[in-house]
Amino acid sequence: MAIESNLAKILKAGHFAFTGELGPPRGANVEVVREKAKYLVGSVDSVNITDNQTAMVRMASWAAALIAIDEGLEPNYQMVCRDRNRLAMQADVLGAYAHGIRNMLCLSGDHQQFGDHPQAKGVFDIDSIQLINMVRNMRDGKFQGGADIDTPPDMFIGAAANPFAQPYEWRVHRLAKKTEAGADFVQTQCIYNMARMREWVKQANDMGLTDKVYILAGVTPMKSLGMARYMKLKVPGMEVPDEIIDRLKGVEKKKQADEGIKIACEQIEEFKEMKGVHGVHLMAIEWEKRVPEIAERAKVLPRPTVD
Amino acid sequence: MIVAERKPFQEIKQMVEGYDNILTVGCGTCVAVCLAGGQKEVGVLNAELKIARKLAGAPLTIGAACVERQCDMEFLAELDDLVGQYDAVISMACGVGVQFMAERYPDTPIFPAVNTSGLSANRDVGWYEEKCRACGTCVLGETAGICPVTMCAKSLFNGPCGGTNLGSCEIHTDQPCAWFKIHERLSQQGRLDNIIKIHPAPDWRNQIPRTLVQPGYQSRKSA
Repeated sequence: MAIESNLAKILKAGHFAFTGELGPPRGANVEVVREKAKYLVGSVDSVNITDNQTAMVRMASWAAALIAIDEGLEPNYQMVCRDRNRLAMQADVLGAYAHGIRNMLCLSGDHQQFGDHPQAKGVFDIDSIQLINMVRNMRDGKFQGGADIDTPPDMFIGAAANPFAQPYEWRVHRLAKKTEAGADFVQTQCIYNMARMREWVKQANDMGLTDKVYILAGVTPMKSLGMARYMKLKVPGMEVPDEIIDRLKGVEKKKQADEGIKIACEQIEEFKEMKGVHGVHLMAIEWEKRVPEIAERAKVLPRPTVD
Repeated sequence: MIVAERKPFQEIKQMVEGYDNILTVGCGTCVAVCLAGGQKEVGVLNAELKIARKLAGAPLTIGAACVERQCDMEFLAELDDLVGQYDAVISMACGVGVQFMAERYPDTPIFPAVNTSGLSANRDVGWYEEKCRACGTCVLGETAGICPVTMCAKSLFNGPCGGTNLGSCEIHTDQPCAWFKIHERLSQQGRLDNIIKIHPAPDWRNQIPRTLVQPGYQSRKSA
């Protein structure tokens, strides 16, 4: 019998899930991955391994995921539509599963213009919803082209959601499309506007979506006031309310990181109680070493085990 | 129409460096309308080449012609007696015309003077917006007459992505988000049902050279 995803078991058992993130290095340095992984072991149920994030070339996400497995983590293998067509994607899904990867996060991917190869041809053969659907059909034993698969990959399928991009009223419908396409769980964009998040989750509850898909709320602690300002002004689809900026402004510079973690922990406390939210996805960007401390302060330790 | 822009002069000059006897041929349809390769642009390019070559101490003989459409053999036939008198031809037509010229005159090097940039609409004089990628599987009926393949930077069929930015695309604030617009117009028309259902993976038909024979002309082609 094939090994089941730990994340799937945690969520199915009704526990509040806690996932992390690990960005592969810009090179073949295995030690970088191992070092980041060490901080995360024991603090998270699964760790997202990003796929050429921000359109910068990095170690392949499946490869870094295998190193993470070796270090005792369960990877959530991210795959974007920007860099490969449906043949390469399906081949990678099979290869990843063959090597013990059990979770996937299906994304469109940042546009190549943002990265260090802006002249590259963006593939976008299929979009994220079509990718989710393709992986679900693969799990059910069929390639996208319709042929049967010998030993289908039993992936636990993830999707992203951004409750803060406009038009607001369409966001919950896009969640519905992702759910219908086959998403088992959703990880959201970094949340700072709690009011907007509450509204989106309520809409998802009202539509019955949260009974069909697990929602993990995206949390990124602010490291500094500068980071908060950058997120507010420069990152499309990100909403940072002034109250967050004001709180960071209200403490002295060297205490801003601590204040950022405090805000994140308050958010996590609210998510634990929010109907329709099944866990938190902590995106501590290039801050993996602080994850054990954040997990401790957010009172999500020890992580449960499910047989 | 097909829209093109003239290549930088240096590039054109370099392409024809080894030739002293050149014919420049304009195209009187799309590229003439978009001010890139019609009769007038042939004159301008020839004048530039003449001066540059004279200054470089390598003067050239250069002829000018313009046909109605370089993508039509009937019109190209007008050039049959002329092309043989030159060592090389600069075509100011779109990529289609250049290739048809090269096919008709296989012994003569044909050089392109424009970059073909898309199927576009004329927004104002000299201002063209790409509207169609000729994907071969038109979805405009579902998407309120806005092409997601062309206008969305990721060609999404189930948008908008998380990068939609207050009605703009994440790639640039001047670029409207196709899916924001699609949602807006369908919402206005009470037709959001169109995009509530999942649009399945596309059937890209523009991956191999396509030949189209209209139904009434099938027998003519086989003859």
